[in-house]
Amino acid sequence: MSAEFLVFLVVALISVASALGLLLSKNAIYAAMFLILNMVSLAVIYLLLNAPFIAAVQVAVYAGAIMVLFVFVIMLLGAEKLNAPETRPGLKWQQPLALALGVALAFQALYVVFARGITAPANVIEAGPLAIGRLLFTTYLFPFEVASILLLAAMVGAVVLTKKDN
Amino acid sequence: MTDIQPVILLSALLFTIGVVGVISRRNALIIFMCVELMLNSSNLALVAFARQWGNLDGQLFVFFVMAVAAAEVAVGLALMVAIFRTKHSTNVDELSQLKG
Repeated sequence: MSAEFLVFLVVALISVASALGLLLSKNAIYAAMFLILNMVSLAVIYLLLNAPFIAAVQVAVYAGAIMVLFVFVIMLLGAEKLNAPETRPGLKWQQPLALALGVALAFQALYVVFARGITAPANVIEAGPLAIGRLLFTTYLFPFEVASILLLAAMVGAVVLTKKDN
Repeated sequence: MTDIQPVILLSALLFTIGVVGVISRRNALIIFMCVELMLNSSNLALVAFARQWGNLDGQLFVFFVMAVAAAEVAVGLALMVAIFRTKHSTNVDELSQLKG
């Protein structure tokens, strides 16, 4: 067992545990913290997979910007307590059924992963910011520009949606 | 990491946890976070396959998925703030006015 695999094992355990914590936590702030832990552990796995640029973007954009937005909105709404008395009973079988369907989905996924192994030879590639940037500004220039327009539209949409009506 | 099968396994597990969260939780914010978890797990699979096939396109896809996720979170949280102003709740069971 190589050192890399050992690191992967530890980080994978952390990420699964934090995902379960997100699933089970009663408090939305705790859930957000678990999700941040999950994203940081995924960034470590990206480093192991020879993707340093994606790892940096994962920490900066996902664990940084997006989760700050989440925590900000949770605190702004004061919605961290989930145990508020329910005004109406929900679906009675919702959670057991969700668990059963989830187990079925997990078995399907495991079957697909194990029944057909991955046969392509492993390649080592140059995946630093230079290579990514070169690809981004040549082959993927048009999607890159479209993404900027999408982000602008999202920003305008967020401002319009939260604006007080006059 | 030369063998990516454990990574794909982890990705499948995280995706499943995200799905169970979306269909079992009632707080809209938690549901939203579980959607983010699913996006993250698919990103992990994309990076793993990019590593396996020695191709950078997978990593570029992850980059674009992150951009779209950022836009989605901004608009989604704005919607949630707007809903919270009128309903004072983030429980999805109480947001059933569009029910047929």
